Amino acid sequence: MNTFRRLQATIADINRRYQTPRIAMSPAVRLSLMALRVYLLFLVALMVYRFVVLVS
Amino acid sequence: MNIFARIYYSLRKAWKAVRLYLVIAGPGIVVMVADNDAGGITTYAATGAKYRYALIWFLLLLIPVAYYVQEMTVRLGAVTKRGHAEAIFDSFGAFWGWFSLLDLMIVDWLTLVTEFIGMTAALAIFGVPPWITVAGVVALMAVIVLNGRYWTWEKIALLFCALNLVYIPGAFLVHPSIHEILRTGLVPNFAGGFDGQLFFYLMANIGTTIAPWMLFFQQSAVVDKGMLEKDIPWGRFDTILGSVLTVLVAIFIVVVTGTVLPGVEIDSAAQAAEQLMTTDRYVGTFLAIGLFDAGLLGAICISLASSWAFGEIFGWAHSLNTKIREAPWFYASYFLTLLTAGAVVLIPGAPLVLITLFVQVIAVTLLPAALVFLILLLNDKATMGEYRNTLAQNVTGGFIVIAIVVLSTLYGVSVMFPSLFG
Repeated sequence: MNTFRRLQATIADINRRYQTPRIAMSPAVRLSLMALRVYLLFLVALMVYRFVVLVS
Repeated sequence: MNIFARIYYSLRKAWKAVRLYLVIAGPGIVVMVADNDAGGITTYAATGAKYRYALIWFLLLLIPVAYYVQEMTVRLGAVTKRGHAEAIFDSFGAFWGWFSLLDLMIVDWLTLVTEFIGMTAALAIFGVPPWITVAGVVALMAVIVLNGRYWTWEKIALLFCALNLVYIPGAFLVHPSIHEILRTGLVPNFAGGFDGQLFFYLMANIGTTIAPWMLFFQQSAVVDKGMLEKDIPWGRFDTILGSVLTVLVAIFIVVVTGTVLPGVEIDSAAQAAEQLMTTDRYVGTFLAIGLFDAGLLGAICISLASSWAFGEIFGWAHSLNTKIREAPWFYASYFLTLLTAGAVVLIPGAPLVLITLFVQVIAVTLLPAALVFLILLLNDKATMGEYRNTLAQNVTGGFIVIAIVVLSTLYGVSVMFPSLFG
């Protein structure tokens, strides 16, 4: 339990430390990055689906 | 000055340059050759058997692609003196940082599983049971890493890189037709037409040449080695040499299976090695030894890439120059990834070959996100100064990202609608 709490505190500390990005991104760039990320994850999901089909 | 004196001074200058390079050499060659890992050897062996020499031109195209991508990490590491994970957290904030770290962790772990698959399959050919291979590899890697010096680790890794060249004499032993290789291999063509399988093979080949872990690894290695801005030209040379070597080895593997096993459905490099042993014992043995070496080299580097990244973000001591009691978390994460990945191959009935091929494809699908961050980091004038990307480098990087996204999309479409591409 102690280890878990310590880990949680470390993660919170990391989030605080890197709260403000040094490179400013416009909302459009942020949106594009998010769209690309979601799209790539969708493609990975498709591949996992294909893998499951082939295995079964 | 007479001619002998001039020759003497030229040779002395050249020798000095070679010695200087030998000091700087390492990260570029190690990361590139390590990418010819067990999954890579399987992919090349399967590509050669399926398409013979027809995709050699595509492999050649991957030399500049690998160089452009990895060269950016050399500049970034030498200028910022910080690893890739830390650079992303610092520049884009915690949200994108965690995303990238999670990507890295998943892909690294999956790739590490494929390294163990390759190593156990290679030694199984010589009758070694998988559990002995897993235990032996973990013990060997502990000895390599715990000796407490980056320099020693790197030289051992370079020795394994040299062993990776075993495929070159192997290809000559099968007496391929040079004329046919030049005729069918160097002219861009898509043998068998556009279909889901071709997209899969193209993506797997890209995935074995450039992967997200390589970005993190080379940048952290550049930092751990202590390279400075003045070392960037040598870092570039190291990277281009590594790119050429990795593709050269890939081509020789394609030539071996394309010559001896054309049209044979190859599921794994180990299967290819077994089949080759029935036609030529030496070539089969070369392939098996090369497969084990590739898996070991890949495992050594990939497990370090994750540990370096976690160390940077969690603030743990994270250098190979530190002892185990000085950096306990760094070494703990290293061995945890290693042991859990090794345990997967011991699961009875696990679809190991399929895992190997799919991991390459998943790695390349996630690559564009990492590349976009890399390009953005290289355009940060405040930190990169005169070393920031030129327009030509940005265009090339953008083209690589778009090409990978298009190829991933085509594969995705072929999965959804298999009849669309015939």
